[in-house]
Order: sequence, then structure tokens, then C-alpha cells
Amino acid sequence: MSVVIPYIEEPRPDTGLTLSKLGIWLFLASEIMLFGALFSTYIFLRVGNPDWQSFAYRQTDPAAIHATHDGGKHAESAGHDDHASHEGHDHAAHDDTAHASHGKVDPRSREGAGTPMQSSIPLAALNTVILITSSITVIMAWVSLMLKRVSRFRMYFFITILLSFGFLIVKYFEYSAKLSHGLAPSFSPLLAIYWAMTGLHVLHVIGGIVVMAYLLGPGRKMWDSHPVQYLGRVEATGLYWHFVDLVWIFLFPTLYLM
Amino acid sequence: MGDPSPEEMKKHVLEYMGVFGALLFFTFVTVWASSWKVALPASIVIAVAIAAIKGGLVATFFMHLKGEKPVILYCLVLTLVFFMGLILIPLSMLLLTMSHNAG
Repeated sequence: MSVVIPYIEEPRPDTGLTLSKLGIWLFLASEIMLFGALFSTYIFLRVGNPDWQSFAYRQTDPAAIHATHDGGKHAESAGHDDHASHEGHDHAAHDDTAHASHGKVDPRSREGAGTPMQSSIPLAALNTVILITSSITVIMAWVSLMLKRVSRFRMYFFITILLSFGFLIVKYFEYSAKLSHGLAPSFSPLLAIYWAMTGLHVLHVIGGIVVMAYLLGPGRKMWDSHPVQYLGRVEATGLYWHFVDLVWIFLFPTLYLM
Repeated sequence: MGDPSPEEMKKHVLEYMGVFGALLFFTFVTVWASSWKVALPASIVIAVAIAAIKGGLVATFFMHLKGEKPVILYCLVLTLVFFMGLILIPLSMLLLTMSHNAG
């Protein structure tokens, strides 16, 4: 026996909203708290470590990482020692001195080669432009559907999906560069939170692609049978996509520029 | 949902394009500002302020919070109160720890 949940097209008299719209906003509110917890963790790690660049990127030079047989583990343990005791701090300072004596750039220097995050600024800025552009194409798709210009809607939605894949491709290059330098999540707590935040955001982008592809593919039949419901789905997808853009707008300066 | 007139939508589209241009401009400013030789606290304030402006533009115009029903605004205000709690709790804990260590 199948149960059909009716779709109520009319806004509720008490809220003035359709249930789908209220639903997507409540979902987005829960998403704010999800990312909020990660931002909170980042602030805790960042503010709690005044010497955070040294703490996070003790070995930014790949040659320095590969010079040690145990790679990131050595760096991680050095970072922990640093904050565990004065002896650890001295050990870490000795490491920095050793790097300097080999002509390495001090990772704490904002004027130097910078941190691995700073080296990713061009890619992250490109991704910002891609996501902002996808926000305008998704809203143009919704406008086109409101005006019942279905072919234009499909074109804008398709461009949004292409831009989303562009974001993922750029992210692939950024992640590959990080991993090739040994900057895995286990490298340091700050790298761990970087991977958690950007990884969760990437999952949201993939989720958005899946939903948009469904609405362009098998789900598009609904436009012929239930156009108001279809429009509601497109609007909810657009709101979700703008939220994904919004999160990136805050991730970009937080993780890459500070 | 009433059907809007094409003229009405055209006006909205112009608004969206203006916001799009502003977002690109502020992205450029964000990257440019990161190269300024200023102290870290100042760079954090600048970066967060620009991000807040960009986020405000997206939420207000793209997500149509401008003119949205009060129920949604109440939900979001409540969410932001809890969000600020999440951000302020670690900061207050750190300040307490630092003052305890200093004492």
C-alpha cells in the first residue's frame, strides 16, 4: 500500500509560506549550526595557539617533509611537543633554526613564501568567482522558470552544474597539491579542521549537483504535471545553492587569507 | 505564488546583476586587502567585514530575505543567536584560561 503525501500549493494562512519553503529554511538553519560548530573549532584552535603558523605548518617545505622518514608524523609530534612543555618548545625552535640554516622559509613569516594556505589563494579566489557566478546562473534559472521560459531555465541550470564541476576540478588540484606536500589531515589539528571544513563544503557542492541533475533529468517531467510543485523545488534548490555560496564566502578569508 | 510580470522580473534581474558585480568587486578587494602589511587582528577584522558584506548581499538579494515573511526572519535570528554562542563560547573559555594563568 503506498501512501501519497499531498503537496499543498497554497501558502499556509498562519505563516504565509508554503511548507516546502519553510522546510528548506529550517534545513538551512540547521546547516548554519553544523558549519558554526566547525568555525567555532577553528577559532578555538587558532586563537588558542598564538604561534599558530608554526604550530600548523611546521614543515611547509616538501623537501623538509620527505627528508624525514616518518613525514607528517614527525611534524605532528613536534607540534604536540611544542604545546606540551617548554622542552618541546625548545625542540620546535631548534627545528625552525635548522630549517633556516638550510635556507628554508620560516612558516611564521607573512612576508615569506607563506603558508600552504596562502599558496592556494589563486585557486581559492578562482573558486570564489566560480561559485558567485553559479549563484547568478541559478537565480537566472529560477527567473526563467517564473516566466515559463523552460529552455532558458534548462540552459542556466546546466551552466550551474558545469560551474559546480569547475569548482570541484579546481578543488581537486588544490587538494592534490596539499597531499603531495604531505599536508594530510593528520599533519596538524589546524590542517585537520581545514580538511573537515572544506571537505564538508565539497560534499554540499556534490549534493547540489545531484539535486540539480535530477531536476534537469528524471525530475523535469513534473513541470508538465505539477508546475507549481516543480517551481517550489527549483526555488528550494536555489536557496540551498546560495547557502553553499554563502559558506564559501566565509571559508575563503577564514582559511586562506588570515 | 502569483505570476510576476516580465517587467517586474526584469527589474529584479537588474538588481541581481548589480549584486553579482558587487560580489566580484568585493572578492577582488578581499584578495587585495590580504596583501596589505597590517597586523593580524586588523587583517582578520578587514577580511571578516568584507565577508559579512558579501554574505549580507547574497542573503538579502539572492535568497530574497529582503521582503521575506517574518517567520523565516525569526527562525534565522534565533539561529544566529545560537551561532554567536558557538563562536563566543571558545573565545570566552580562552580568555578565562588566560586570565587564570596570568593570576
